[in-house]
Amino acid sequence: MKYLEEFRNQELAGKLSGKIKQVAGKDKIHLMEVCGTHTMSIHKSGIKGLLPENIRLISGPGCPVCVTPNSYLDRAISLSLEEKVLITTFGDMLRVPGSTKSLEQVRARGGKVRMVYSPMDALSLAQQNPELKVVFLAVGFETTSPTIAATISEAERKKINNFLILVGHKLIPPAMKALVLDQRIGINGFICPAHVSAIIGLEPYQFLARDYKIPCVVAGFEPLDILQGILMLTEMIVSGKAEVKNEYSRVASFAGNQKAQAILEKTFEPADSEWRGLGTIPGSGYRLKAELAHRDAEKMIPVQVEPTKTHQGCKCGEVLQGLVEPPNCPLYGKVCNPEKPIGPCMVSSEGTCSAYYKYVGVAP
Amino acid sequence: MCLAVPMKVERIEGAIAIVESAGMKMQVDISLVPEAQVGEYLIVHAGFAIEKLKPEEAEETLKLMREVLQAVEEGE
Repeated sequence: MKYLEEFRNQELAGKLSGKIKQVAGKDKIHLMEVCGTHTMSIHKSGIKGLLPENIRLISGPGCPVCVTPNSYLDRAISLSLEEKVLITTFGDMLRVPGSTKSLEQVRARGGKVRMVYSPMDALSLAQQNPELKVVFLAVGFETTSPTIAATISEAERKKINNFLILVGHKLIPPAMKALVLDQRIGINGFICPAHVSAIIGLEPYQFLARDYKIPCVVAGFEPLDILQGILMLTEMIVSGKAEVKNEYSRVASFAGNQKAQAILEKTFEPADSEWRGLGTIPGSGYRLKAELAHRDAEKMIPVQVEPTKTHQGCKCGEVLQGLVEPPNCPLYGKVCNPEKPIGPCMVSSEGTCSAYYKYVGVAP
Repeated sequence: MCLAVPMKVERIEGAIAIVESAGMKMQVDISLVPEAQVGEYLIVHAGFAIEKLKPEEAEETLKLMREVLQAVEEGE
């Protein structure tokens, strides 16, 4: 495929690896890849094996399904059991366990849940079923939220009033700030998410370089992109510089997608938001603007939600902060695996535990 | 979840583009990238084009990588 294969060239990857080893020095360097798609690509392409021993890659909280808290899932499950409500969702959310069950389990017991590929498909379902309230589970980072904002805008234009969303969107830069402030992690540089950056541009990361002296590089998802990003970060760290640089200029621009930013601004406003593992982070989520309150499933369809419970022993929260590596969780590979996941980090194919299980395996 | 692949625009019908990659065709909403043109590459996510891919920037990035690495080899 055009513009993918070129960035998977093994010979160049080997040379980039050599160059990184040349400049890395001896001091420990901790780089966090914030995005789950980077985590997957790093494991799949064996990048960890191409780095010198002093460079450690830490997986961050960039899997939207993983950071969605139980309380959100529990509400979605309660909504699916309401009369004349149909839950629509991206496929990754189906198997994520809430406090006591998943959407998939509740569907088997009569919950009304439908998987869709695009939020526009959910809008079509609303149009075709005017007797139902169609609720879309609006999760995801800045890559995804503009697609939902555009769908809301279309629903307004076509006056499809039975389309609602349950807002669970998260914003990446405030979470990066929370991770930097947590002294236990000790991040020296960030590999910034490729497609979040395509939307928001580079400016929202500047405070990390300016105020916290943490270099940031926006990198694409292919192996050469990631290696080049690591090289750029390592060069800055070794020379004591902290800037925001862009390896992924073929898609992400400094200003980002301004059309997408405008529609986000028209639809949502920032709000405090709860992340699994990281707790409530100020300004790290969205709520619908007051004039779109009629689209807010939480306000418009009141339901009883069961008290939140977390699974004893599951270290997903610590994994999401880069504090625990999956094999150090007591459940990993023993009772928790992709077939029967206990925690969300094992459910989502982009979850750190799932990526480990697939590419590293379980120690005998 | 943020995975999105470059797909080539074959046709545009209003706010919808027919895009193709590796023989797979699909319809995507281009309301977030309204300036998209036939023949261009779009980054597609959840049924929407979220940004255009700039081929000249892709070539530039690859060129820079090759140049830096060549300089390393010649210096050895």
